[in-house]
Amino acid sequence: MSEIANIVEELNAAVPGAVSERLENGSLVVAADKLVELGRYLRDRAGYDLLSSVTGVDYLGYKGRDASNRFEVVYHLYSTARGGGPLVLKVRVPQPESPDEAPTVPSLMPVWPGANLQEREVWDLYGIRFAGHPNLRRILLWEGFHGHPMRKDWREAYYEEEHKPFRSRHPAGTHVWAEDRAPWHDNVNYPLGWDPATWKEPITQLRVYGAGTNGAGTNGHALGVAEGLHTDQIVVNFGPHHPSTHGVFRMVARLDGETIVDLEPVVGYLHRNHEKIGERNTYLMNMPFTDRLDYLCSMSNNLGYAIAVERLAGLEVPERAEYLRVIMAELTRVLNHLTNIGFLLNDLGAYFTPVLYALKERELILDLFEAASGSRMMCNYLRFGGVAYDVSPEWLAQCRQIVENRLPAAIDEMDRLLTDNEILVARCRGVGYLTGPELVALSVTGPMLRAAGIPYDIRKAEPYSIYDRFEFDVPVFYGCDVYDRYRVRMEEARQAVRILRQALRDIPEGEIQAGKKQYSFRVPPGEVYARIEGPKGELGYYLVSDGTPNPFRYHVRAPSYINLTALGPMSVGYKIADSIINLGSIDIVLGEVDR
Amino acid sequence: MFGIGLLKGLGVTVKHLIDTYVDDVRRIPSRYAGGRQIVRQTPEAQGLFTIQYPEEKRLLPERFRFLPMLIFDAETGEDRCTACGICAKVCPPQCIWIVRDQDANGKPITRPAEFHIDASICMSCGFCAEFCPFDAIKMDHDYELSLYQRYPDLVLDLKELSVPTTYYAALYPMQYAEEERARAEKEKAKAEKARPEPAARAAKGATAPTEPSQAAAAEAPAPSPKPKLSPEEIERRKAEAAARRAQPKGPDSSADA
Repeated sequence: MSEIANIVEELNAAVPGAVSERLENGSLVVAADKLVELGRYLRDRAGYDLLSSVTGVDYLGYKGRDASNRFEVVYHLYSTARGGGPLVLKVRVPQPESPDEAPTVPSLMPVWPGANLQEREVWDLYGIRFAGHPNLRRILLWEGFHGHPMRKDWREAYYEEEHKPFRSRHPAGTHVWAEDRAPWHDNVNYPLGWDPATWKEPITQLRVYGAGTNGAGTNGHALGVAEGLHTDQIVVNFGPHHPSTHGVFRMVARLDGETIVDLEPVVGYLHRNHEKIGERNTYLMNMPFTDRLDYLCSMSNNLGYAIAVERLAGLEVPERAEYLRVIMAELTRVLNHLTNIGFLLNDLGAYFTPVLYALKERELILDLFEAASGSRMMCNYLRFGGVAYDVSPEWLAQCRQIVENRLPAAIDEMDRLLTDNEILVARCRGVGYLTGPELVALSVTGPMLRAAGIPYDIRKAEPYSIYDRFEFDVPVFYGCDVYDRYRVRMEEARQAVRILRQALRDIPEGEIQAGKKQYSFRVPPGEVYARIEGPKGELGYYLVSDGTPNPFRYHVRAPSYINLTALGPMSVGYKIADSIINLGSIDIVLGEVDR
Repeated sequence: MFGIGLLKGLGVTVKHLIDTYVDDVRRIPSRYAGGRQIVRQTPEAQGLFTIQYPEEKRLLPERFRFLPMLIFDAETGEDRCTACGICAKVCPPQCIWIVRDQDANGKPITRPAEFHIDASICMSCGFCAEFCPFDAIKMDHDYELSLYQRYPDLVLDLKELSVPTTYYAALYPMQYAEEERARAEKEKAKAEKARPEPAARAAKGATAPTEPSQAAAAEAPAPSPKPKLSPEEIERRKAEAAARRAQPKGPDSSADA
């Protein structure tokens, strides 16, 4: 892709009439009917191979917008080969005359199968239909849910006021329990023509990933179907309460014997509409809510959100605070990877020995978090323009001791315990095979991609915070299987320790917060997408501000959720027992998947 | 050779077994003797970290936060809270509810008449303590919150939330010392201001950037017409707060409340 200035001409020359406008912030407004064609051009000719984020915005009531362009679907495209910033595409659609009709945008599934879960989420929460999506059903909510809750005119059962702070939580002068305020009997309001008595969940899953549709399918494994024998396929539910599913999570698998013919993740059991809550909150109030997304990595979640708001509001961060942020983020990476490895072994049947060894190191890191922030898991440590509290010299000494003496030894020990273990190798080698390009097409990011030979790390590709100052490598393995995903995490934990050593050596004295800490402030109108390399993959925050103290749109690009897109294709053709470790190797946290 | 990796791994588990035993033996008195109440997880320990809760408890750092508490002055018995409402505004789940007190003429005065925190929806974020300009609300360390009923036990009122400064000082020694130092400095600046006019302005300018609560404190009106508490009454308040904190939680205590 040549210069930014003539990008519109170039794209219009390639796909006539595709781009109608280039907005001030560089995003392109695309004609809906040309979207798929343009996507194909961008993927094949311009190198934008990663469809990172698909999300919707409802601009009802936004200044300068009217009903003719009420809805907007926003696509963020990146290049894994070149790195750098995004190409942002926007498709604007009006609400059709009849309220029963849904605004429609063509699906990008034919170009990027990774759009699957994200488009289902937009359909679910915004009611924007994606024409051509083979399996457009609700995903976070259930089929009997009435309405699309992220729309600005949708109000929850115990709706109080549009924005916090509320005038009074207890308007009548007495305390009212939140549940009592929720008129649940009125809330059970089914969609038109939908009857709970007759409705049956479709157990025959659609073959989204059939061989030949997108290349990411059966992975060339011949399904173990005996010739000349009459066999029936059966559908098996894993979960939602199942010890191997890492929380309340369900896998619907279609089996032929023990071989998986098709598998689909079913999520949303912990759904609380984090994003709607985020739009009610002020910017600062969202900070503790981000802790609860990926509850293992609250510091990373804080970091991504703080960077997004700082970019939008133009805030500077003092040096010492930047170092503290990096230290916290990298400690989080170590603890996440160790915990993930431990739980992967749980999935393999090595029940709780490796996980306890991992949790031991995690305990020490959590002690550090607790001493610095006041809480072990729900840290709520970062503030816009700095961090909440400074750390003492004793804290730094303790941290140095753990980083220098404890963590490298612990990682080596884990390595000795597991890496050469013949059982582990036999179970993990060659399982869950998906090549790098297939994973990119499925919008997978993070360690999974790096275990498939694609050295894509946002800390290097689009450096944020002060990561450009540190010397570290991006470990890459080429096995594309569960074993290499395990090894890449081990290696990344080592690199995180390397960054920690440098950060602890260089951390300067000084301020930890730029300017005065404010609990409510106005952010200039605009939009921003900030992403960081979270331990699980690309963690992005998409914010739209209308100039008030509350975000107009708050979207989290959750790596766990989007990486789950690959679970189906990854499991097809393997035995049912392998689907468990495939899930373990994706590294999901349900708090983030369901949001 | 096949099996080498397995044996290497087993070596690690055996090492852990021995380390755990050695760590345990080193403890004097033994953890099973009931001798130790507060334990620390140190990086030196090589074995497994196990804390025999509730016989043993982890040492909490000073910044540990759980639920908010309201602080009253241990000497005068007056609440530090001025019912300004910043904590209620900043609270993410909006669980704080304050009613400002009124004097005999119905004029609002800087004191809470009612102060409720719904502990069942409090998310322990600590924003109320962080943004309180009067150091009146802080985070308590008491995390043992099991109760028999959610309502009304988990809706804490002014009386249940109040603790004396001495309790706060014991929980947060470093932070308390820092705040007292800042307060003393402010008092000094105020005293200087009371004498010559120009010198006072200079003093205020010099201390303003280091004192975060100055601006808010300056806005606060002159001493409110609070009734002076008698020494007996102050002692009674302190004893009440201490008793509340000491009492075991159970059906009996919920019956009193």
